[in-house]
Amino acid sequence: MIFKLEQINDRMKMLVGSKASALAEISRNSLTVPKSICIGVDAYEHFVKATGLQGRILMEFHRKDLSQMRWEEMWDASLRIQHMFQTTELPTTLQIELTQAIERDFGSRAVVIRSSAPGEDSQHTSFAGLHESYVNIIGVEAILEHIKLVWASLWSDAALLYRRELNLQVKSSKMAVLVQELISGQVSGVLFSQSPMDNSQTVIESVYGLNQALVDGSIEPDRWILSRKDGLIISCKPAAKTKLMVPNSQGIKLSKLPSKKSKSYCLHQDQIKELFCHGQKLEDIFQGPQDIEWTYKKRELYTLQSRPITITADKDDSRSWYMSLRRSFENLQELRKDIQNTLIPQMIRDAEMMSAIELSCLSDKDLHKEIERRKQIYRKWQDIYWEKFIPFAHGVRLFGQFYNKTVQPANPYEFVDLLANTPMQSTKRNEIMEELAQNLREDLTLAQNLKYHPERLEENFKRQLQEFFDCYGNHAWGLVDTTENQGAIANLLLEMAATGPRKRMSKNKSVTSLEDKYFSVFSADQQGYAREILDLARVSYQLRDDDNIYLGKIENAVVTAMQESLRLAQNQGADQKKCINYEDMLASLKKLKKAPRKGFLISKADTDYVLKTRQLLGQPASGGIATGTARVISEPRDVFKVKSGEILVCDSIDPNMTFTIPLVAGIVERRGGMLIHGAIIAREYGIPCVTGVLEVTTVIQTGVSVIVDGYLGIVTIDNSQQK
Amino acid sequence: MDIKNNLQNLCNKQTLAVLCTHNKGGPYGSLVAFANTDNLREIVFATLRTTRKYANIDADKHVALLIDNRSNKTADFRQATAATAIGYVREITKKKNSRYLRLYLKKHPHLKEFIEAPTCALLCIVVDKYYIVNRFQQVVELHLNKHK
Repeated sequence: MIFKLEQINDRMKMLVGSKASALAEISRNSLTVPKSICIGVDAYEHFVKATGLQGRILMEFHRKDLSQMRWEEMWDASLRIQHMFQTTELPTTLQIELTQAIERDFGSRAVVIRSSAPGEDSQHTSFAGLHESYVNIIGVEAILEHIKLVWASLWSDAALLYRRELNLQVKSSKMAVLVQELISGQVSGVLFSQSPMDNSQTVIESVYGLNQALVDGSIEPDRWILSRKDGLIISCKPAAKTKLMVPNSQGIKLSKLPSKKSKSYCLHQDQIKELFCHGQKLEDIFQGPQDIEWTYKKRELYTLQSRPITITADKDDSRSWYMSLRRSFENLQELRKDIQNTLIPQMIRDAEMMSAIELSCLSDKDLHKEIERRKQIYRKWQDIYWEKFIPFAHGVRLFGQFYNKTVQPANPYEFVDLLANTPMQSTKRNEIMEELAQNLREDLTLAQNLKYHPERLEENFKRQLQEFFDCYGNHAWGLVDTTENQGAIANLLLEMAATGPRKRMSKNKSVTSLEDKYFSVFSADQQGYAREILDLARVSYQLRDDDNIYLGKIENAVVTAMQESLRLAQNQGADQKKCINYEDMLASLKKLKKAPRKGFLISKADTDYVLKTRQLLGQPASGGIATGTARVISEPRDVFKVKSGEILVCDSIDPNMTFTIPLVAGIVERRGGMLIHGAIIAREYGIPCVTGVLEVTTVIQTGVSVIVDGYLGIVTIDNSQQK
Repeated sequence: MDIKNNLQNLCNKQTLAVLCTHNKGGPYGSLVAFANTDNLREIVFATLRTTRKYANIDADKHVALLIDNRSNKTADFRQATAATAIGYVREITKKKNSRYLRLYLKKHPHLKEFIEAPTCALLCIVVDKYYIVNRFQQVVELHLNKHK
């Protein structure tokens, strides 16, 4: 079950995994590697079988085929599995055996814990970054915890994405773990004995300190290109070096690089030659080009790992984009500065600049030009949304993983409660709507006037309403015509007034106690980082909502110009049918694809039989049970038809439509995930919510009676009312 | 239609199913060897006339039959399908070479002696609908009589 490197032979690859097997081979060839032990796959098997985890992992995947899951759902599944590993005790015998081996070989020295999955690195497949490694872990207890985390990473979101290539199966997939002494090198890096871009070249990348910063992209490395033929330097590119990764009291941290070092190359000529020869040697040993991680401690070169170079994933493969969302803390901090200081203010300026233009004063030609200009601005912001805003939203996920690892809560989503009460544009808008509705509740004449005699509305209320329209009454709410928009909002306010107030669950107290709980687990020197990552998560949580509202304002500017053009065309006597359909135009602008309307679950009748869906399965996203009439959102204006107590059934909830949430009794979404807008707002209002229900907007029809079980993620349709 | 095909496959692959009968508030369950028609509208099984299930059916012809492909492992929660047929039972005359007898013996040739015994009754469930469950909690209803 536990092997020293010298005990591993070339027939044990399936037992110790690719990484440990390669390291043992390197050691046999008298090259220096860190002192290591390998915990074989049988330890993983024993753990998941003896504790019942294997069954629980199977159950995690019973709701939906992985092929039908969105990346966010895979991330959620992975988080829950990781949490299961964290909260499951090791069987006593296994714990004793591991403890003895760790104490014997490492005592209180710092170690690195790496994954070593069988088949992870072969000549055909090599998947860097799918599984986890942890650097600078000290003490038996911490090492045991991190061994479990490495095991859990067999089920990482990235591994789930590449499940086919990995042949990932609950019953047969296994993970071995390498525990190595930490070599705290002065210079570290990566060596491609053959460049993936040009097979006549060798590439060396190098950074000061530990190479984790290079691997996760936090620090740009110095880069040398050598000729594979003779090792001569073809080119060298120095990086702007300001930081280096160093061991912290537990874990690692980025530290300031002394200015003297920042101006010099990390490697000397003789080290470059040595690394080139090293790459050649490893190629000979493994009979093929190698991707090698190395470090220099004083003058000694250590090989940390070596794996075959294979062709990387297809650039068109969307999975590489999802992988790019897994950002480091440092990367997200940089992104935050850019978004907060530059992009959001610029977005607001763009929206204000466009709304300041009096469109009715423009000639036909100028209006046409203005529409084109606005479309370009909108597309620019859409690109930025995908390139910057969506990756920044990963800050919440990064914090979630950190919170679960450090606090080890009973509920894997407890961290979201800690982010609640973060002020957001959408909640501010909803609060203003609630205030307006409260005015209507208290003054029946006012409500009557809003409904039947808007011209008689009291001035103060009229002004408040107009301010609200000016600020939020944009077309991103789905209505093309301003009058229709304002009328729909008025109706919605009346519906809210008739219902009575529904407030967000007050979490001030629980947020404070959660904060206390969170900070209590960190030592004094860790408090700073704990605070910074929480702060980053809160901004990420806020902006993931707000950026949609701001993008909605830009979208509004495009639609307003299109609407003006339509008005002019109609005034000039153009056939309305021939006029442009702006909703279609906007959809094409957004490159929206309509969801397929037909699927295996859809209720269907033919000459022989009738098929009716009775019960649908999704992900429980907000606890509670609700019964009500379904209101299916098939097009944006349906949002305004929502009546109090209905069950909102939709493709996905966007912050531009969350104002309707306080009215509904339950929510069902096709889009899956625990951190999507719908799930979060449902939890804030304490409304039962099920997400990730396949084809739900086609299977359920408006008007049928539906039961939403937010505890188990089940939606039951009362077929007795289905026509 | 996938669901109907999947149901046909399930019925074809399974040999045994759980028959649920009742009499005056007394429920009863028993395992029976069954065969179904291609259109899924009829399910044939056999039982001795002295059995409790026969007596129950004699008292109330309405029954349920549970057909499933569980393997008795945790993976069943993800992979198994269970279909409950709801309908009523009528007794079939055991004419030699009748289509019901042929249907039944084609699937269960080893039960030839059992079914030919005078004490054994050949019964047919006329199915009204199926409740099909997969992934532990996902349920659809297949109504064979469209107008009901």
